[in-house]
Amino acid sequence: MYSRLRCREHRCHAVNIPMPDIPLFPANAQARPTTLFEKIWSSHAVTVRDDGQTLLYIDRHYLSDDLPTESYHVLERRSLPVRRPEATFAMPDHYVSTQGSSLADVVDDERRVMVQELARQARDHGVVHFGLGDSRQGIVHVVGPEQGLSLPGMTVVCGDSHTSTHGALGALGFGIGATEVSHVLATQTLWQLRPRTMEVQVNGRTGAGVTAKDIALAIIRAIGVAGAAGHVIEYRGDAVRELSMEGRMTLCNLSIEAGARAGMVAPDATTLAYLRGRPHTPRGLEWDDSSAGWLRLRTDPGAAFDRVALLRGETIAPMVSWGTDPSQSCAIDECIPFPEAIGNASQQEGLRRALDYMGLTSGQPLQGLPVDRVFIGSCTNGRIEDLRLAASAVQGRRARVPTLVVPGSGTVKAQAEAEGLDRIFRDAGMTWGEPGCSMCLAINGDQGRPGERCVSTTNRNFVGRQGPGVRTHLVNPGMAAAAAVHGRLVDYREELRHAAA
Amino acid sequence: MQPLERIRAVAVPMPESDINTDQIVPGRFMHKPREDYGRYCFHDLRFDPQGKPRPAFVLNRPAYAGARILVAGPNFGCGSSREHAVFTLNDYGFRVVLAPSFGDIFFNNCFQNGVLPAVLPAEFAAALQAQLRATPGAEVEVDLAGQAVVAPDGTRCSFPIDTFRKERLLQGHDELDLTLSLRPYIDAFEARQRPLLPSTDTPRHP
Repeated sequence: MYSRLRCREHRCHAVNIPMPDIPLFPANAQARPTTLFEKIWSSHAVTVRDDGQTLLYIDRHYLSDDLPTESYHVLERRSLPVRRPEATFAMPDHYVSTQGSSLADVVDDERRVMVQELARQARDHGVVHFGLGDSRQGIVHVVGPEQGLSLPGMTVVCGDSHTSTHGALGALGFGIGATEVSHVLATQTLWQLRPRTMEVQVNGRTGAGVTAKDIALAIIRAIGVAGAAGHVIEYRGDAVRELSMEGRMTLCNLSIEAGARAGMVAPDATTLAYLRGRPHTPRGLEWDDSSAGWLRLRTDPGAAFDRVALLRGETIAPMVSWGTDPSQSCAIDECIPFPEAIGNASQQEGLRRALDYMGLTSGQPLQGLPVDRVFIGSCTNGRIEDLRLAASAVQGRRARVPTLVVPGSGTVKAQAEAEGLDRIFRDAGMTWGEPGCSMCLAINGDQGRPGERCVSTTNRNFVGRQGPGVRTHLVNPGMAAAAAVHGRLVDYREELRHAAA
Repeated sequence: MQPLERIRAVAVPMPESDINTDQIVPGRFMHKPREDYGRYCFHDLRFDPQGKPRPAFVLNRPAYAGARILVAGPNFGCGSSREHAVFTLNDYGFRVVLAPSFGDIFFNNCFQNGVLPAVLPAEFAAALQAQLRATPGAEVEVDLAGQAVVAPDGTRCSFPIDTFRKERLLQGHDELDLTLSLRPYIDAFEARQRPLLPSTDTPRHP
């Protein structure tokens, strides 16, 4: 069973490359209890080296338009074909315009080339491409799940850090670099060291108006931006179970902001209800077989995680980031902390720098803070449920500041329009855009102006992320819409209460 | 990829924690051609909005000219997966980044480009930072073969690295050739395991 391969060219002869006996899922009931992550990992290990490097098989791969063109040339230079073109799906999202869905709308020639190059590569290699004008086009992490392309038990990769999103379906999804993209295209595998596991348990009932975004920011605030470094998180607990699939995607999406390799939620009835009937999910007998197997994909009782973090749902309120990383967040009814109240000297220095950039001071309340611009969308919060929540907070009022609402995909856009949500946004004076990443990283022409305070449903409040000098506050979609109609940060739970009364 | 075995060069101290890849290269330069990509390295920290160098930023100090080693703070390279962050460090001249910890994807990307990211114990990293600040322009030696870093004051510290990545950096090889030589394993895996894995075939519509 075990063989010794000699690779003369690379002098790897000292290392055994065994062909492992791979446990299949569903896991053998006699075996030691394992986590969801371990089940997926071990069933995808093609081979493991003595030094722990594992050649991991990749089921699903997404390509988007932000890859350096060199990644494609790797294959061209060696005249290599794409090993399994049907495993990869391509779609432009980073550089596409929100003002129109044609190539001509892309902001300049250099960026048009990025969108064109993706289309050309997809065509040349026989990869399905949801191009501009295709009703399915959109952000990779919105489109993959909604087309039924990411399924429980899969390994899913993309040259984008927010690939952790796909873990919401009970898949192992993680972001990779551009060179690794070419490696996946050529071999359908990746060399990986096995990450450690971390259980994040959120128990108890979250209050009205508290969303998955708030849970995620509360977790990141609690454990820090490197709090899950080197780990794959499994989110558990009744507050997680009660989340919709959209909510679970938001939660898993933000795993990377805690430094995690991936985040995942075990498949359950919610997962199956979401997947059933999607364009690429199995049908008929195959669905029956697959879905029964997916429900067995869960962490066995007694399986150990390397680390555990616990949070109570009742303690979480709508969150607002006040600094320049997502851990620098607090509840809307809190005040900005004092440096003395947090961490070590280096963290305190970081806090001072962050407040300086943000134009804020310690002790200042977040409620009432005037804002200049609002963005609603992204792979974090650009799904139909997010847009419904945002629309519910508009309540027939007008936006007081420029507000851009960008659906995460063409499918989300069509659904929102069928429900009349676009009308609510337009009537409020907000801009309703074409699907894409847009102002999340502001490289498609949509961006704020220096010094502006931008309330945003995205994932990173990094310095300059939404344009040089722009100050980003991360919030949930309801909070963002409420900030738009008030022109300042408000606790949107008050709004919801008034609306209900 | 250029092989890396041993390097002795000026090292730059950058002690701030959680420097993300947006800081290393702002997203608005990601579509720029690879030629002379070093010009975007730490762009918004290095230059003010008018494009003038910020004198206080460490890379703008003459003592650090020609630096090839970056001594960074914890969680260096967190955030976006953009490999451009490694392109720009490499093109600027950095072959080695030393830090107490790294962002996961950035760490992997370094090896794909012949850049060594070495994890140092926090105490040694702090001592190294202090020495480099006290003597701007001081040189650090990094011996990949011996897995050791030598500080300007002569103190040594070893660092961990798996044999796979070490060999690749020493030889200047990428991993694709090795994986291609393992094609029979991938074929066997697909034949045996794929029927048991979630189908990636598009179902035929009824």
